[in-house]
Amino acid sequence: MPLLWLVLILIAASIVGFFLGRQRALHTADGNPRDLHSLPSYYGHNVAFTGLLPALIILVIWVLVQPIIIDNRVSNLIPSTAIPENSTLGLVMSDVRRVADGLDHAVSEGSLSSERASALQADKTDVRALLGESGIAVGNDVRPEILSAAQKYRKINHVGSSVMTALVLLIAGGGFIYAYSVTHKDFRARNIVERGVLGLLILAASLAILTTVGIVLSMFFETLNFFSLHSWKDFYLGTTWAPNFRGDSDLSILPLLWGTLYISVIALLVAVPIGLFAAVYLSEYANNTVRSFAKPLLEILAGIPTIVYGLFALLTVGPALVTFFGQGNNGILGVEWMAGATSVLTAGVVMGIMLIPFVSSLSDDIINAVPQTMRDGSLGLGATKSETIRQVVIPAALPGIVGAVLLAASRAIGETMIVVMGAGAIAKFSLNPLESMTTITTRIVSQLTGDTDFASPETLVAFALGLTLFVLTLGLNVLALYIVRKYREQYD
Amino acid sequence: MSDTSQTSSRQGSSLLELSERTKKRNAAEARFRGYGMTAIAIGLIMLMILVFTIISKGVGAFQQTFVTVQVELLADKLDKKGNRNLDDIKKVTTFGYSPLIRAAAETSVEQAGIATDLKSKDIAGLLSKNAAATLREYVVSNPNQIGDTVTFRFLAQSRVDGYLKGRVTRESIANDKNISVAQLDLVDQLVDAGVIQKSFNLAFIFGSDASDARPEAAGIGVSMLGSLFMMMVVLVLALPIGVAASIYLEEFAPQNWLTDIIEVNIANLAAVPSIVFGILGLAVFINYLHLPTSAPLVGGLVLTLMTLPTIIISTRASLKAVPPSIRDAALGVGASKMQAVFHHVLPLAAPGILTGTIIGLAQALGETAPLLLIGMVGFIASNAPDGLASGLLSPNSAMPAQIYEWAKRADPAFYERAWGGIIILLVFLITMNTIAVILRRRFERRW
Repeated sequence: MPLLWLVLILIAASIVGFFLGRQRALHTADGNPRDLHSLPSYYGHNVAFTGLLPALIILVIWVLVQPIIIDNRVSNLIPSTAIPENSTLGLVMSDVRRVADGLDHAVSEGSLSSERASALQADKTDVRALLGESGIAVGNDVRPEILSAAQKYRKINHVGSSVMTALVLLIAGGGFIYAYSVTHKDFRARNIVERGVLGLLILAASLAILTTVGIVLSMFFETLNFFSLHSWKDFYLGTTWAPNFRGDSDLSILPLLWGTLYISVIALLVAVPIGLFAAVYLSEYANNTVRSFAKPLLEILAGIPTIVYGLFALLTVGPALVTFFGQGNNGILGVEWMAGATSVLTAGVVMGIMLIPFVSSLSDDIINAVPQTMRDGSLGLGATKSETIRQVVIPAALPGIVGAVLLAASRAIGETMIVVMGAGAIAKFSLNPLESMTTITTRIVSQLTGDTDFASPETLVAFALGLTLFVLTLGLNVLALYIVRKYREQYD
Repeated sequence: MSDTSQTSSRQGSSLLELSERTKKRNAAEARFRGYGMTAIAIGLIMLMILVFTIISKGVGAFQQTFVTVQVELLADKLDKKGNRNLDDIKKVTTFGYSPLIRAAAETSVEQAGIATDLKSKDIAGLLSKNAAATLREYVVSNPNQIGDTVTFRFLAQSRVDGYLKGRVTRESIANDKNISVAQLDLVDQLVDAGVIQKSFNLAFIFGSDASDARPEAAGIGVSMLGSLFMMMVVLVLALPIGVAASIYLEEFAPQNWLTDIIEVNIANLAAVPSIVFGILGLAVFINYLHLPTSAPLVGGLVLTLMTLPTIIISTRASLKAVPPSIRDAALGVGASKMQAVFHHVLPLAAPGILTGTIIGLAQALGETAPLLLIGMVGFIASNAPDGLASGLLSPNSAMPAQIYEWAKRADPAFYERAWGGIIILLVFLITMNTIAVILRRRFERRW
């Protein structure tokens, strides 16, 4: 792994640089650290960082940018005639990449010499069989233009990697030499190092922005690809979800959105009353003993991983509901309303349990923020405690509680494991909570796991679903934060 | 005095006698209080049901049924040339070992003094399909034992295991090809004879996953290593980046638009559904950067991005809790701002940062959804990694992904494994949270 080696070389060099820099600084001060401008270790850090950081930054940028440039250069080589019907440039490019990776793999395994790999000709050798021997499956037969593009791809890739290694080492070396040469007892090493550290801190903080940008871009471009293959009108306004891996699928979000919202509503119907009453009781009635043991216990529910709730839905709650509402005369109610363990009710109830502590602890904070004077005023006028809570405390806390409920709703919409295991896989509009329905997150998982082909609308639809989900939850969060913030200003 | 009391009783406003309206209001008060108590009770009952379900269903996975048999390692079957050449011995496949196991199973039934009409194939059918492979592995590593009779404790087949645990009954196997009522009768007799025994199942905790047909051999050990490597990546990346970001935002950031954008972003990232991080990982790390699918490195990177907001939020809280007088004192004796933060504020905030990090790690450890998208589900995690590089880069599963994988399989014997896996996962989470609480209690300083 050459990249790892490169990084290790850089790190080793910077450690050496640290000691050299410190030594030189002490040397120029005749071994008396009090004559130095900064503490000796700052001179060492200066040398180490000046060599390491620019090289590392160049390395990261290069690794990120190289694939884009190569893709551009190589995709120019593919004539538009080489793109088959109902396929895209992206699909052909992924073939090219697979063939190139396959050749690389074959060369590294030793089953193919690198000269031979670059001299292969598709009309003379069966490249597919050749790659199959070294364990790389290529979907279609390798056509000549794909093979030549793949060879070009490999060539540019190799050239790029060697240029990168040389450049990075050069920059690192230059940095070390420069920093070492300016090291002198009057050199203001601390100021330079501190400025560098501040830059690193800013970089770390900006990672949050980078992540958001990454999330949006990674989904945005694939979503655009999807909409070039599938009409956006059908996606947002159609009424059937029937993916078909032979193509010509009905991919509409509405049935999935219906399932998502239905399950979320049931979850909120469970979580909001229980969570709210629990919060009211804990903050207004409970004595310290009850509070100190009930609150942490309830919060355990929030710390349990969702896979546990998923399993609970699939293996405990679902079958329990079936014995109530299903199995003909053997069931407790003797009705045949529920066929399988997965249903909207199963997922909704379990998700509701998960959300109880979420609602209760948020509401608890908000109820506690209502000033005591308002309660005292109400009690002084002769209202009972419950009247005070219902008519004074809750109305005062209402915006905050609404915010908490919205946050819980956003959590419910984005929840994955419980619905994957408890809700089922059938996309339909139905009002019956005992039927199984499917959700946006469930479909993202099912479209992106297993064998996926990133050029088919059936796979790409997952990115459009993901983007919609992201926008939906983000909207709810922003709305909730807005409401909460607006409320808080009234009493601060 | 009596006059007034009569007047007031006429008006219905005695302090000693409750009026209708007061009664109603008091009843409403009691009801309201009752609702609150009911809500808490429901929450706690749910927690109890959940814990009870997990323990009652999962504890069985830690027990496994074993069959003790004495296998005669026949030299003419295992080493036809008789030269004890390891390459020749390796040529005998697991199929070559099944006759030995059949014979051994039959002998042990005879030795126990049980008369049965079952064929040797059906008797050997009580053993796991793993038995032949276990035997072969033993012979290949101990070729000089060929010709001896060796006592083995083989895993029993999952139906036998289920029968001893009460999961499989004579009624439930009516249509089961894998076991018959006659075989179960034999199991009863063998249990009485002490040939079949249940004992603690260490292989479940440290072993590897097994294919669909061998639930009795499946263990969570390899995916535990996968989780461990992922947590290493998360710790190595999220802790320094999170702390650096928090220090900047809390100590250095000027009030400007960039800071605002960063703050808003962190708040929003904390609420982005975890599956979206999985999509990010798939698109950026796998499709774009071509990192290997199913690798713990990719899982760790995705979970790092996911836990960063948690760590940043808790780190900022603990930095904020360090009083300004500490900074002023450091600046007063001539430290630079950077030195004041790194030499004085950061060490004082360290316990809080550590607590937040542990809680973030616990959250990452239990997360499943993003792992589904980067391919950590759907294959059998059978090989333990043999070093740091292969641990990070070769395909593996993770504990929650392994549990999901088991829950998806058709054989109910895997469900027990899934619940058992949850017990192990929860033990990890409880330990981590306990450490966090202890750290907080032990080192928390009130200024």
